[in-house]
Amino acid sequence: MAGSKAPTRPLSPHMQIYRWPLPMAMSILHRITGAGLYVGTLLMAWWLIATASGPNAYATFGAFINSWIGQLILFGYTWALLHHMLGGIRHLIWDTGHGFSQSEREWLSLATAVGSISLTVLLWVISYLSIGGGQ
Amino acid sequence: MTEHRTPLARVRGLGSAKTGTAHFWHQRLTAVANVPLTIAFVLIVLALLGRNHAAAQQILASPLVAIVMLLFIGSITYHMRIGMQVIIEDYVHEETAKLALIMLNTFFAVAVALASAYAIFKLSFGV
Repeated sequence: MAGSKAPTRPLSPHMQIYRWPLPMAMSILHRITGAGLYVGTLLMAWWLIATASGPNAYATFGAFINSWIGQLILFGYTWALLHHMLGGIRHLIWDTGHGFSQSEREWLSLATAVGSISLTVLLWVISYLSIGGGQ
Repeated sequence: MTEHRTPLARVRGLGSAKTGTAHFWHQRLTAVANVPLTIAFVLIVLALLGRNHAAAQQILASPLVAIVMLLFIGSITYHMRIGMQVIIEDYVHEETAKLALIMLNTFFAVAVALASAYAIFKLSFGV
């Protein structure tokens, strides 16, 4: 090969130089959010155990979840949960053998992204309005 | 002795392994269950926002909420155990490390499930 002219045809690109098609990004995000939710169950377990343990443990959990880092984690958890749920519904549709055409793949992927982000924002707006500013 | 027979020749006539699609099926089964249970979980969390301990305790101990929470805990921990096993099998190829991680994965899922379920039972039945 030495000295030969570099081929002008495209050489199979690896992931980091690929233009990410939306369905590919959604597929990767599905796995990442799944792994995130896996770790996030610790938060749910802590919340339930703290409530079962008594007012002090409940207050400790409350102090953490209402701190800025706690709110950030909870916001991420909300998005991951909704994204993984919508992505899962998309996979269940695909399991029936439907939704595989080019336009349907794009549409379903876009719906997962837009749906998860807008539902997350909506839920947080509702929760902040219902409890009057984070408390 | 070198094995000269191909992998295909060695398994031919032995029949299927029978459980090949069990994980695939259980993943879908729990995925379908997770959809309504997750929506219910989000609603329960919304109802509990900003509550003091006594109110949170009372809501989580009410039978309908407790039963939905138990179903949610069971379904998601089973689902996430299979999902994490797929991730491990995709990325970890060294046999000992893979087996160790798959065992840890099961321990984690069972521990989270039992700890969370215990908390719900304690809230429901007191002491």
